[in-house]
Amino acid sequence: MTVSDKLFSKADFPVFEKYKDLVYLDNSATQQKPRQVLERVEEYYREENANPLRGLYDLSVKATDAYENSREKVREFIGANSTKEIIFTRNASESLNLIAYSWGRENITSGDEILVAISEHHSDLLPWQLLAKEKGATLKYLDCDKFGKYTADDLKKALTSRTKIFAIAQISNVFGRVNPIKEFAKICHENGTLIVCDGAQSVPHIPVDVNDLDVDFLAFSGHKMLAPMGIGVLYGREELLEKMPPFLSGGEMIEYVTREGATYAELPHKFEAGTVNVGGAVGLAAAIDYINDIGFEAIEKRENELTELAFNEMKKIPYVNIIGSEKAEDHHGILTFTIEGVHPHDIAAIFDADNIAIRAGHHCAQPLHQHLSVQSTTRMSLAFYNDEEDIKRFIETLKTIRRRMGYDR
Amino acid sequence: MTDNFYGEVLADHNLHPLHRHDLPDATHVCKGLNPTCGDDIELHLDIHDGVITDGSFTGLGCAISQASADIMLELIIGKTPDEARYYASLFHKMIEGIITDEELEELEEAGALQNVSKMPARVKCAMLSWNTMEKLLNGGDS
Repeated sequence: MTVSDKLFSKADFPVFEKYKDLVYLDNSATQQKPRQVLERVEEYYREENANPLRGLYDLSVKATDAYENSREKVREFIGANSTKEIIFTRNASESLNLIAYSWGRENITSGDEILVAISEHHSDLLPWQLLAKEKGATLKYLDCDKFGKYTADDLKKALTSRTKIFAIAQISNVFGRVNPIKEFAKICHENGTLIVCDGAQSVPHIPVDVNDLDVDFLAFSGHKMLAPMGIGVLYGREELLEKMPPFLSGGEMIEYVTREGATYAELPHKFEAGTVNVGGAVGLAAAIDYINDIGFEAIEKRENELTELAFNEMKKIPYVNIIGSEKAEDHHGILTFTIEGVHPHDIAAIFDADNIAIRAGHHCAQPLHQHLSVQSTTRMSLAFYNDEEDIKRFIETLKTIRRRMGYDR
Repeated sequence: MTDNFYGEVLADHNLHPLHRHDLPDATHVCKGLNPTCGDDIELHLDIHDGVITDGSFTGLGCAISQASADIMLELIIGKTPDEARYYASLFHKMIEGIITDEELEELEEAGALQNVSKMPARVKCAMLSWNTMEKLLNGGDS
């Protein structure tokens, strides 16, 4: 079987064996898992499971190796300099909270400014909102235009000498547009501002290199990139992580503990309290192998082709309004839309009746919806394992929505 | 199922609601919100001498929440608060799937929402107005 055969079929994904008629178009929320990932997780629990890092016996060493080899795999995948810079968390939200709690509580003081892009997902907004409140800092927003675009000029204008940190996703989960992170990182650093990049929607879809982007922190989730739920990654520049205090405390993040205090373990274990998710980490490593096997060139090509197909068909339907850019190539598999006169919940329910899974609501991005003056929206988000048939079925149902809601009868 | 579900009764109440308007002099007003989807309604009731003499709703929501609110008002206007609470209890029973045929009759058009009991994701939409009414009758908001 060639790579492209494999890429364009769903044969690796057992969920589609069970639900043969399912069209799954909610990939921004979570992706389905290929057999290779599921089998690797099972193999770990069958053959290598023990509490890692603690046990003085062979099986514990195996578990430790499985865990640390996964960390090396992640390091290589995002181009970090050292495995000390790769912290395993539960998900992107926990990664972002870690930065806000640990770095934020040490470095933000009253009168400082925190800048957040208006399109941020709540995970990359609420930790900053809470931090600003707690410290008496000011939370400022960087607004985008109606196409979801942010400009360097807007960023330069928004930064002040008090802006300590800027948080922005590389790809918004509503617009699908790729933000110019590298350019923004340069502008931030010239201003003495750190940049946090939420890579939840980019790492699974485009090559991401933290050194090339020059971001200070990058957060992403395993489950949005074929891996199990409950494993996520925080990348941080080593010198920043070194200076940060622990986030959660407990087992295996300490060096010495006395009645009075403790010294903490070296990076990255300082930030990984308690028994870690080795099964999740090996699943993430298997997912990275799977992605590398196909290659981002093929993944991007496939996802862009499917996006364009869906976009062009949606454009033909007069009452469908696509949120964000008017060019298909700016959407990267994410098409958020409204239908005149029909509430997104009803749209999703009708899709569900036709066995098509899409998302409705505000996609955990309420301030953005307020900014765009829409109450809520509907989103289809695809992955490389979707196919033309999925898009065809999506469009067929889309065409029937208004009629089924009692219009044009 | 959904084709039937969004049948004429629901579509009609969603597209042409009788009670979707302001009621500036209402004696009671109460807001209801579904935080997960952002649907919010404001329920207005006029209660005089122990009878709900008029009622309306405003706000934004999906077809199910809108139709449910409209049908609910249709049912409770002209009734006492206790009767309205009784209908709410029947509605709860219907959504839980434990309603008898006789009780379903009593709910009249609200019976059109019976299939919501098979759509767990939409229960909150259907319940929004009913929960808001119960909150109002139990002294919530003003």
